[in-house]
Amino acid sequence: METVKEKKKSTDSKKTIKVSGAEALIHCLLAEGVETMYGYPGGAIMPVYDELYKFQDKLTHILTRHEQGATHAAQGYARVSGKVGVAIATSGPGATNLVTGLADAQIDSTPMVCITGQVTRQLLGTDAFQETDIIGISTPVTKWNYQITEASEIPEVMAKAFYIAKSGRPGPVLVDITKNAQIEAFDFSYEKCTAVRSYKPVSKPDTNAIQAAADLINSAKKPFIVWGQGVILGKAEEELKALVEKAGIPAAWTIMGASALDTAHPLNVGMVGMHGNYGPNLMTNECDLLIAIGMRFDDRVTGRLEDYAKQAKVIHFEIDPAEINKNVHADVAVLGNSKETLGLVLPLINENSHQAWHNGFKEKYKIEFDTIIKNDIHPTKDGLTMGEVIEEINLASNNKAVIVSDVGQHQMIACRYAKFSQSKSNITSGGLGTMGFALPAAIGAKMGAMDREVVAIIGDGGYQMTIQELGVIFQHKVPVKIVVLNNEHLGMVRQWQELFFERRYASTVMVNPDFVKIAEGYSIEAKRISERKDLKATIQEMMASKEPYFLEVKVEQEDNVFPMIPSGASVSEVRLK
Amino acid sequence: MENKWFTISVYSENNVGLLNRISGIFLKRHINIESLNVSKSEIEDVSKFTIVAHTTEKWVHNIVGQIEKQIEVIKAYYHTDDETIYQESALFKIASGLLFDERQIQNIIKDNNAQIVTVSRDFFVIAKSGRRNEIDEMHDQLKPYGIMQFVRSGRISVTKDEMKISAILKEF
Ligand SMILES: Cc1ncc(C[n+]2csc(CCOP(=O)(O)OP(=O)(O)O)c2C)c(N)n1
Ligand SMILES: [Mg+2]
Repeated sequence: METVKEKKKSTDSKKTIKVSGAEALIHCLLAEGVETMYGYPGGAIMPVYDELYKFQDKLTHILTRHEQGATHAAQGYARVSGKVGVAIATSGPGATNLVTGLADAQIDSTPMVCITGQVTRQLLGTDAFQETDIIGISTPVTKWNYQITEASEIPEVMAKAFYIAKSGRPGPVLVDITKNAQIEAFDFSYEKCTAVRSYKPVSKPDTNAIQAAADLINSAKKPFIVWGQGVILGKAEEELKALVEKAGIPAAWTIMGASALDTAHPLNVGMVGMHGNYGPNLMTNECDLLIAIGMRFDDRVTGRLEDYAKQAKVIHFEIDPAEINKNVHADVAVLGNSKETLGLVLPLINENSHQAWHNGFKEKYKIEFDTIIKNDIHPTKDGLTMGEVIEEINLASNNKAVIVSDVGQHQMIACRYAKFSQSKSNITSGGLGTMGFALPAAIGAKMGAMDREVVAIIGDGGYQMTIQELGVIFQHKVPVKIVVLNNEHLGMVRQWQELFFERRYASTVMVNPDFVKIAEGYSIEAKRISERKDLKATIQEMMASKEPYFLEVKVEQEDNVFPMIPSGASVSEVRLK
Repeated sequence: MENKWFTISVYSENNVGLLNRISGIFLKRHINIESLNVSKSEIEDVSKFTIVAHTTEKWVHNIVGQIEKQIEVIKAYYHTDDETIYQESALFKIASGLLFDERQIQNIIKDNNAQIVTVSRDFFVIAKSGRRNEIDEMHDQLKPYGIMQFVRSGRISVTKDEMKISAILKEF
């Protein structure tokens, strides 16, 4: 612990400079290591944009074409890089346009700091031009938010914002800055935040819980791991792999956890949830020990809770105490950072191989392969399937691409069939299911991992929700690969209408524009294919390109995604057709 | 699970937006806040929210978890009625004439252990602290004579067990 005297000395030696609030904000961002941010200017944030202009060689600002795009780009950036994503907007409509991205980042635990301009302090509460209570509006969808009304608050609040966004269970933070606070000058100095008195981001692992977890794992006959994004956020990929291998435990993932363990790993048995793999869903109700790691038992994962893993003991490794016993009762709860807690459990685990139990998963996979997977990725019918497109991308990218998917059937197909050999490779809107996420998120993902190939997989519906972000790809030549899987429908909703609403296709038939022409309008190389004979070569051409590339694939219009656990059904009721 | 009365005690930093955050947690779950009181606590610079809700233990557990997760919240607890000592306060404003004309009113005040806070030419004010049912009973007794104004506070409560907030604050 720092003594009071030392602390005093360090503040004395801190150099202060007299700057405006807006300039101070830039210094804060630079001190936090921000290199790229996404946003859109307007009246109430203009002093900050003026400083962004002056600091443009130190801090890149990307003008998205809509503030929602800025949030998703910041999310994509954060999800591939592990850094905090930053988005900025003006007051009023600029601020309200951030709400979807905030909600998405909140439910998917993505570290993001959003900065909004606000009317000057004297005008607060007067219904001034472009005044909106963004603190009130964003409260339920932020981990923390704060309104700055004096320049001198900026350093401490920004330091706190970054600390809160990335520590513990990460999440979005919004800082609203009144215009006067951007203009006023004050003596600036910066100190990073390392603690907030009322906030305990990570619990110290409890040795009793660690031992109890190890005992359950060692005595289990049919243990089953389901991991989520907590493994990625906790950087516990190696520990997960070591646990899986040492104890010989079949392991499945939620879509947010995808890519934490190589898809080709023999003990990686696939995805759980509504459109997850057959084996993992069925075996959830066969295992004697369910080991949940960094996941939160979302209803899309559990199906009907009353019939979820009732026969099993449950160990829950989790960073957020509020998740324990929220949906599923934990017999042993191990609170803490997943890297730390798994690391502590590992030496206490006996080597094992649950061969017979694991074979059960292989048998289920065979059933699923014969009834579904084979037809999805090696179809014999005329029309193209979404699955075979993903499979070709796997081949052409050597399983190394970052796959950014939107929301709908193509998302489920992408998550089911994309192969990953590296962590942080599956970027998708899991908890909120935000159509329009993928195109801007792919831009952010590419900028956050320039050395990686980024492929956006988008439906014809969702593409049109944020299609304006093609402007960013065009302007900055962001070399992302955009694949629109065009089934001429809001496919996922149409599938539900087919199955549960007697094929009444209310408002799900899409009348689409010429996507190729649109891309060409942005000077993006663009192709459309509708026949199998063109698929392989075109995908290879796309993956080989060093430029942005748009590919529309006309796929079967009324294909469905299976397996499926109908909503409200049990995981045991997973349907193969 | 059956609905029960729970008192939620929240120790927090004093912060402008926190009340909004906490009430939003109830709103999101469509659970009504039956009473709410904000005051200082036994620790300097630490505020205390006392919230009463009628819900199931499963939900109150969930809500307290979410409340505790808020950055400015130090610690939140929930208790059932028999684990706490709790009270509410009420004020009754009554026309002055009644105090002199209706002997019964003085008996009501005495029997209920209430106090006269102020007497003016036109009205007088009676204060009563106690359990909600006691206040309700007194209300019923006074009602026939005419109550000009009535107000009852949110519940305030202390627990029979220790809360150990100072120790928790040191731990952070
Ligand atoms: C913003 C938003 N609005 C509505 C929905 C509901 N929804 C979920 S999937 C879907 C259809 C998506 O269609 P498309 O983008 O073409 O993808 P497909 O399912 O056809 O692959 C809709 C409308 C949503 N998830 N997000
Ligand atoms: Mg579609």
